[in-house]
Parts: sequence; structure tokens; C-alpha cells
Amino acid sequence: MSYLKEFTKGFIKENPLLVFALGMCPSLAVTTSAINGLGMGFASTFVLTMSNILVALLKNIIPNKVRIPAFIVIIASFVTITDMVMKAFLPDLYKALGIFIPLIVVNCIILGRAESFAQKNNVAVSAIDGLGMGLGFTIAIFVVGAIREILGNGSFFDIKFLSEDASTILIFIMPPGAFITLGYIMLIMNKIKTKFN
Amino acid sequence: MDIVNIIILALLVNNVVLAQFLGICPFLGVSQKISTSVGMGAAVVFVMTIANLVTFLLYNYVLTPLQIQFMQTITFILVIASLVQIVEIILKKVSPPLYQALGIYLPLITTNCAVLGTAIIAITKNYNLIENLIYGISTAFGFTLALVLMAGLREQLELSNIPKAMRGFPITLVTAGLLSLAFMGFAGLVK
Repeated sequence: MSYLKEFTKGFIKENPLLVFALGMCPSLAVTTSAINGLGMGFASTFVLTMSNILVALLKNIIPNKVRIPAFIVIIASFVTITDMVMKAFLPDLYKALGIFIPLIVVNCIILGRAESFAQKNNVAVSAIDGLGMGLGFTIAIFVVGAIREILGNGSFFDIKFLSEDASTILIFIMPPGAFITLGYIMLIMNKIKTKFN
Repeated sequence: MDIVNIIILALLVNNVVLAQFLGICPFLGVSQKISTSVGMGAAVVFVMTIANLVTFLLYNYVLTPLQIQFMQTITFILVIASLVQIVEIILKKVSPPLYQALGIYLPLITTNCAVLGTAIIAITKNYNLIENLIYGISTAFGFTLALVLMAGLREQLELSNIPKAMRGFPITLVTAGLLSLAFMGFAGLVK
């Protein structure tokens, strides 16, 4: 039961992006399409889960004073692995996400979970926490990407549902659209929260 | 590459916050008051300039000769994190008034993805040392410009009547979107 709770808490109640506003940079920058959002979400989930596991394993070995640099090195190692794997197997997605792959290392969600969860809990719970939080982030970033792609490009997962010459709301796949979309998604989240409380 | 071009591109057209989405956390977190945003901006200018210089030298004279460019992410983040610490220590000794003014903002910069992002982008652009330095400085000033403008807007927003569900992040993000829209107007400045 408690495992299930640890797993699902990141989806809505403690959603890292929509409730705590962590990991804003990638969620605004790469969400020009649903597939980009999904790719970024899964890459972050992998790094988050792996770093959570390693931090939980090493928590008794790492001296308390140097824990933050140690966490950063652990995270940066997994980011480098992700970077190289994506470059080799998913070159198109790698190109679309660009600089935001190496920048997963400064995603506050990952260091935040290492500091506030993984270093206090055992390996299994930390892995589940990482997976759940990562999937919560993936869901949120996917929704942003999907809305922007549908409104701005008239397509979903690159499948056009409008005729070629139909005009779309182009602003949504440009930078201002990112801010506005996420702003309104957070407004809806606020509305839902006040309704349930 | 023309120096003026680099400055206009980095400062306005490809503004680091409003067009490239780097450093959103401090942009939203430290933009409540104009005075604090100026302090944060100054600290970023300081650190970003030094960080760009150090990472440039490190990449071209250490990583490239050793052919370990794939270590870029790990090296850069460690360099930036320790750089912030060193800057803090030196500033404390050399210029206490400046330390007093920037002190609380310096530790926050380690997690500022704008610093790491700018360092990585500068490497991919194959700039020489001077261009790299100018790119770093103009990007940092672009960050400060966006931050101070946003703080000015938010100070005004404090006084206005905003629907309850819209308060906090939603209204801030929509405001940032409109600011970003305004900055798109600069696109015609450089060919």
C-alpha cells in the first residue's frame, strides 16, 4: 500500500512541475511537440530513478559535508550516459532536445529528490519514488507539449489533422506560447486544488 | 562574426530567459522586487562571465587535447559549482560591501541552468576567446534585463485585482509570455 502511495504521489498531489514548479526550463523550452515532451520526460525519469537508487545505496558512505557535490557528480554521470545513448540511438530526438539533455543535470527535481528523499530512505522506496516523480513530470510535460502542438501546428504526434493551408495559432509553438500554456495549465491545477480542499 | 551582432543577438533577440528558457527558476523566484532582481542580476553577470571564460579555456586546452569532450557536462557543472564557492570566498575577503550586496544570491547561482547552458552553447558556437567573453557578458546582461523588467511588472501586479486562482505562478507565467512576445519584436534587428 505504502509503495503504491509513494509511486502515485508524484502524479497529481505532489506533481513536481505543476504543483512545485520545479524543472521549468525544459518544460518550457522543448515542449514544441508531444513527442519532444515525452522524450524529455523519459530521459529525466531515467536519470531521476538511477540517481535516486545510487544515492540511496551510497548514503552511508558519502560524508555529509560533501553530499551536494557528490550528488551532482552522480547525476552528471547518468546525464552523460543518457546523452551518449540518445545521440547513438535517437539522433532526431537528440537534435530536437539539443542543449536540454546535458541541462538535465541542473534540473532541480533530480537534486531535490536526492536531497529530500533518497538520502533518507532505502533503495526500493527511493527507486519507486524516482520512477513516480519522473512519470508525474513526464505526464505534465507531455500535456504541455501536446497542447502546444495541437494549437500551434495542428498536429498530434506529427500526424496532421488540418489541411496543409489551414492557419494555426503559430504563437503556441513560439517561446511566448510556452509561458502562456503552462500559465493556464497551472491555473486549472489551482482551480482543481481549491475545489477539492 | 561581428561583435555588435553577437551582443544584440545575445542581449535581445535570443534573450537567454525569454527566448531560450534558461534560468527560469531565478527569473520566477527572485523577481518580486526590483532591488533584489538587480542584486541577482549583478551576481549572474559576475559569475557567468568568469564561468564562460574558465569553461572555454578548459574545453579547448584540457578536454580537447585529451579527447575527452564527452566529459563536458560533468566537468562544467563541477567547475561552475566550485567557481561560485571560490568567488564567494574571494569576495568576502577582498570586497566586503560587494559581498554584502551579492552574498545571498551567489549560492543560488550554482543551480542556475543559465550559467551551465550559456557555457555549453558558447562551446557549440565555436567562438574565439574574445567573442566567447563578449557572448557571456551580453547573455548575462540579457538575463538581468529580463529579470528587472519582470520585477517592475510584478511590482505593478501586486496592486491589481487578480482572480484568486490566477494568483502566484499562473499570472506570473502569462506576464512572462507577454514580455516574451514583446521581445520577439527585436527579431528584425539582426539579419
